Amino acid sequence: MALAPARVSMPTEAKKGEAVEIKALVRHPMETGYRIDNVGQPIPRNIVTLLTVTYAGAEIFRMEMQTGISANPFVSLSVRATVTGELVFTWVDDRGTVTIERKPLTVT
Amino acid sequence: MCAGGSCVMYLTLALFIAMATSFNSRAETRLQSSTSFLSDELRARQNDETVNPGMLWVGEGEELWRTIGGAEGKSCASCHGDAEKSMKGVAARYPAVDPETGKLLNLELRINKCRSERQKAEAFGYESEEMLAMTTYIARQSVGLPISVKADGSAAVYYEKGRSLFYLRQGQIDLSCAQCHEDNTGRRLRGDVISSAVVTGYPAYRLEWQTLGSLHRRLRACSLGVRAIQFPYGSDEYLSLELFLAKRSEGLPLEAPAIRK
Repeated sequence: MALAPARVSMPTEAKKGEAVEIKALVRHPMETGYRIDNVGQPIPRNIVTLLTVTYAGAEIFRMEMQTGISANPFVSLSVRATVTGELVFTWVDDRGTVTIERKPLTVT
Repeated sequence: MCAGGSCVMYLTLALFIAMATSFNSRAETRLQSSTSFLSDELRARQNDETVNPGMLWVGEGEELWRTIGGAEGKSCASCHGDAEKSMKGVAARYPAVDPETGKLLNLELRINKCRSERQKAEAFGYESEEMLAMTTYIARQSVGLPISVKADGSAAVYYEKGRSLFYLRQGQIDLSCAQCHEDNTGRRLRGDVISSAVVTGYPAYRLEWQTLGSLHRRLRACSLGVRAIQFPYGSDEYLSLELFLAKRSEGLPLEAPAIRK
């Protein structure tokens, strides 16, 4: 199912210079490629390989993932609020599926 | 020390006090939810909606609740409206006997009954992503409410069947559910603590599965563990057992989707 594959939690407003805590959870099987199915055929690898976060157009976070990361990977990060702008979270997996979640942040 | 009859009297009195004390302490001992056996970190993760992975299914269930499907052109919301109001407390009352057919239904079977009879839609597979999303979403509406199921009247026959299954030694290892989940509750079995067989957290996100699963999937894992017959999903055996386990959990707050190891 392609519904609601990601959940990002963060405040919508912050004071300038304040650290904002961000929690990002994405729905993904993180199939390692090392397993076989019930008829002995290898299950092809399908993991999220890359998570990037941009803030007002500039990249602030980049994480390359490997097969050791559990299913439905959860990532927590923090960023200093500087300008009002949008945070864009992008997950890319082995099949080329791109999941995008956008969160606005108002800086006062 | 004591002469004649008085000694016997003291002994009898002591015995009586001892019995009364042990009876009282048993009555006061409430079964513990498996959440109390989790590490602090996992418990915190379960209780925080923003990081509990089970909430991904709750989100999907919310979408499905409003999705129109079937020949009648209806969604769940068309009849039941806002799930936060109409479904509050429902999961805490299931499984329950369907008054129309006299059959015991759990949440999964009740949803499929609605789909096939009211929506004229195809039933969801028992362990399908759609069904897990629906049951998790509906169960979530009762989070924190005490489990309270009916085990008398028309449900009595199912309850008795579930009870006898719980105490029946089965499989090549010849174990009953009770031998682990009553006699050895709180002790360790491989990497986990043995639960007291209360069902407050299902559908639950199990780390072993790396995904969310139903109670029947969990029961099948136990059946396999003692090398007994694995009953099919939604079978009468597991339904009856589910009712017995729900009655065991009576009064404990519902926690779905819980995190389990």
